[in-house]
Amino acid sequence: MALKSKEVGSFRDAIADIPDGSTIGFGGFAMPGVAYNLIKALLDQGAKRLTLVGNTTGGAAQPRMPDMGMLVENGQVAKVVCAFTAATRPTDVLPFTKYYESGECDAELVPQGTLAERLRAAGAGIPAFYTPTAVGTELAEGRETRIIDGREYLLEYAMPLDYAFIRARRADTFGNLQFHRAQRNFNPVMATAARVTVVEVDEPILPLGAIDPDDVHCSGIFVHRIVQVPPEPEGIWPTRRQERRR
Amino acid sequence: MSDAVKGLTRQQMADRMALEFRDGWIVNLGVGIPTMCSNTDLGDVDFIYHSENGVIGYGPVAPAGEEDLNLVNAGGQNVTMNPGGSIVHHADSFAIIRGGHIDATVMGAYEVSVTGDFANWKLKGQKGGGIGGAMDLAACAKRVFIILEHVTRRNESRLVERCALPITAKGVVTLVSTNYGLFEPTGTGFLLREIAPGLTVDEIRATTGGVLTVADNLKAVKLAG
Repeated sequence: MALKSKEVGSFRDAIADIPDGSTIGFGGFAMPGVAYNLIKALLDQGAKRLTLVGNTTGGAAQPRMPDMGMLVENGQVAKVVCAFTAATRPTDVLPFTKYYESGECDAELVPQGTLAERLRAAGAGIPAFYTPTAVGTELAEGRETRIIDGREYLLEYAMPLDYAFIRARRADTFGNLQFHRAQRNFNPVMATAARVTVVEVDEPILPLGAIDPDDVHCSGIFVHRIVQVPPEPEGIWPTRRQERRR
Repeated sequence: MSDAVKGLTRQQMADRMALEFRDGWIVNLGVGIPTMCSNTDLGDVDFIYHSENGVIGYGPVAPAGEEDLNLVNAGGQNVTMNPGGSIVHHADSFAIIRGGHIDATVMGAYEVSVTGDFANWKLKGQKGGGIGGAMDLAACAKRVFIILEHVTRRNESRLVERCALPITAKGVVTLVSTNYGLFEPTGTGFLLREIAPGLTVDEIRATTGGVLTVADNLKAVKLAG
């Protein structure tokens, strides 16, 4: 039995079918694990009224890399679901913030652990869950809470995705994945939550069986399309970040 | 930071907090001044740093030219791994946090209240904000420690009776390190445990919300090394 290869020849082909109105998850945390090449392809592809899900809309660090904020600036986005609509440091400015403040783009601000768990729940058949996070804060106002064993918890719903864009170090042709260090972050969880998971891969795609089953970080059953990232300048790779002003 | 700032430097504020870390602890450092705790030499104290992006057991920032661009801490700095380190995905990383496996989290804040509330995700009048992992850590770590400058640029206290800004979590802060000293929220005010050089109790009382009580054995702020 030979499993069919999921390798796709270009980033453009890998995302060509994404319709207007889709919900797309963007893996990555800071630079590691962000699917820069797929984001760039989506900027060219032009799908509109999208809902984007990811840790941050990006753009606080220099040099700026392709990020969710660029899709907003490109007029493709109705709403983002993320843990930051503004930067952590008040002196940093996220390009997204002004689109949110002017009402051009909607946002749902979610604590990072709640976001990860909402994605996990979506991939695991759990429609909602209770968490202690954000209880007693503005985010919990008017929402359902419940006391369990004397502690108050907030109800949160699963966050299913139509598509997930993630980056990995290695993949075999079936899409079994390995990540390197902090590249893992949201990525395996996003893959479980998405109907279609598209992966950009650092290294040449490996033949079936080249990754030992014990060493697979994300099973190929959650992966649908894989594209190898070409060398620079055609492909986009993490770069050294410029020093921050203090 | 203006030249007029009194008392401890940012690094000293972090150094003092780091002295609280104990053998066997798993510690999470927030961005900003808390990150400086990792510069403190704690000798033989054996503890592990956890970063919200699933990096467990990271070490110092990598020397220039030797960075692994796929290895970062919560602040996006290219760190190194210590022997015995491990990597988990984000849902597991926050299961570690919510599951009560973090012994201490150190965070920055705009305000801390006498009842242990604190605010660090949203500025006055701002739409939205930057939460990141702060609410998960604040609600679930065994100990929540805050490092912040004692007063604003307008000399208003950041140690307040009640937070004016939207809070990150309620009643969780047990220890506060500022440039003026080391404090504990008491419910009605703050207990001054250690005082920074160059500061007087009266001066601190005048710039601290609630009732300031002073530890019987008030000492100068303890610093490492």
